[in-house]
Amino acid sequence: MDNQLIKKARLRLLKMHYEANIGHLGGNLSALDAMVYLHSKVLSEEDIFVLSKGHSAGALYIALWVCGRLDDASLSMFHQEGGKMTGHPVGGWHQNIPFSTGSLGHGLGLAIGRAFVKRLKQETGHVFCFTSDGEWEEGSNWESLMFMAHHKLDNLTLLVDANGLQGFGRTVDIVSLEPLITKFQAFNVDVQEIDGHDTTALAAALVLQSTQPKIIILRTVKGHGISFMEDRMEWHYLPMTEAQYRQAVLEVEQSS
Amino acid sequence: MRNVTCQALVNLYADSRFVFMTGDLGFMALEPLQKAMGHDFVNAGVAEQNMVSVAAGIASGGLQCWVYSIAPFLYARPFEQIRNDVCLHDFDVKLVGNGGGYAYGSMGSTHHALEDYGALLTLQNMRIFVPAFSEDVTVLVKKMGSWRGPVYLRLGRCEKPKDFCLPNYAPWRRLLSGDGDVLIVTGPLVGGFVEIMGQMDSTHRPELWVLSELPILPSDVPVELIQAIITKQQVCVVEEHVAQGGVGQMFAHFILSTRLPVQRFLHFHAKGYLSGLYGSQAFHRKECGIDAQGVLEAIRQPHE
Repeated sequence: MDNQLIKKARLRLLKMHYEANIGHLGGNLSALDAMVYLHSKVLSEEDIFVLSKGHSAGALYIALWVCGRLDDASLSMFHQEGGKMTGHPVGGWHQNIPFSTGSLGHGLGLAIGRAFVKRLKQETGHVFCFTSDGEWEEGSNWESLMFMAHHKLDNLTLLVDANGLQGFGRTVDIVSLEPLITKFQAFNVDVQEIDGHDTTALAAALVLQSTQPKIIILRTVKGHGISFMEDRMEWHYLPMTEAQYRQAVLEVEQSS
Repeated sequence: MRNVTCQALVNLYADSRFVFMTGDLGFMALEPLQKAMGHDFVNAGVAEQNMVSVAAGIASGGLQCWVYSIAPFLYARPFEQIRNDVCLHDFDVKLVGNGGGYAYGSMGSTHHALEDYGALLTLQNMRIFVPAFSEDVTVLVKKMGSWRGPVYLRLGRCEKPKDFCLPNYAPWRRLLSGDGDVLIVTGPLVGGFVEIMGQMDSTHRPELWVLSELPILPSDVPVELIQAIITKQQVCVVEEHVAQGGVGQMFAHFILSTRLPVQRFLHFHAKGYLSGLYGSQAFHRKECGIDAQGVLEAIRQPHE
């Protein structure tokens, strides 16, 4: 994917969060590359994207902005009174935001429902669900995984943003699920593990034909692209100061 | 009521397509529906959280989705899925819970549903149907099929006396007239009241009403009931549900907000497990004082 597109998206994400004085940047930056790629290069009108890790709403809004599905006026309403651009998505008001998410462990079941009904109604189109890695501590996700594997929902792809950090520590230190890939493989689904910031690898993983549901583990870095945010838990929460914002913008502008 | 529900759903499916999901329950009841629906009937396994989320996803994709389990497994375990995935979006998901109140008796407290409709009524867009008799189920299933939005159907065991002539279904029905208090009962529990009160002289018995739809909408309350309350000024509510969030509290709110002149208000409700002992549905009803005999004796006590 065009690096300029990613830079543009990253700069707009920083601006939106800075102007709203809102944190949650770490998980948005880990998810942004894949979400921008999906929305700008993959999703068709018939496809559905379900953001299960609702705390990356910022990345979703920016991905939609990149595609011209949200405008600057909408982005200026991020976290604002009397708007719909909430910190975790509210579903239904925008064609590409089908569900309200934010409580973890819900999105996959919802995505399965959409994939299941597409199959029943013999509709075309694919469903993509995007979870975090810490989210896999939710039992409901394993219920959903069993269901999607049993029903061989080959019109569903699950992407896991494995940035290795969650709300109050590292995933391996809290309730470790690593190696995540072998756990998923045990459910008889097609699992791939790639660099989540390498959109060429993502493109290759997405086109792989399969008769099984597909899972792509995106190995990502929380706060990706901003040196002082990378792999640091506090950027799950903190808003940027003016100096931090200026430095972040400079780093993105100077990146290759 | 399960078998009647099954047949009603078979009939409904013949008219309009929907998806039915069960949480691995329905043995000796749902087989005809399973046969009629083919791939539209899904056993989601013992995984209620996923089942409700999937149902919401199915509904969002344009097919009505019915979800079945026993009542406690349906409203409590996946409560957040009902709240976030179904109710926040106002999706067309129908929840069918078998065994409201103490219906599962000696199966134990985990199988009882004493807080179901109170808890669910806190959620936006939720409607509740509590059939009192098997005949109600046929009407209510049809009504649910045509309503676009979340509904919870609380099933129990029909206790209608053999020779009782049941009036046509309505959210509120007067089952027996009487010169005594206004007595409002919710759910199959009312069958026991009909049995005993049917043998009493109307001059010595309460006026018996049954309520089957929640929340209580002021516009639904019949004029005849309001007139009876104004005349008698004594109201008694009975339900197989805890007091919090129950019909008694809702109806007390209705009385106060409409300024009805009630001098005496009694509320008989489920009280959990007072003695720490367990038994049949009848055992628990009696212990809580919500059985017909217990209530009718309590009503006769003089006004304090």
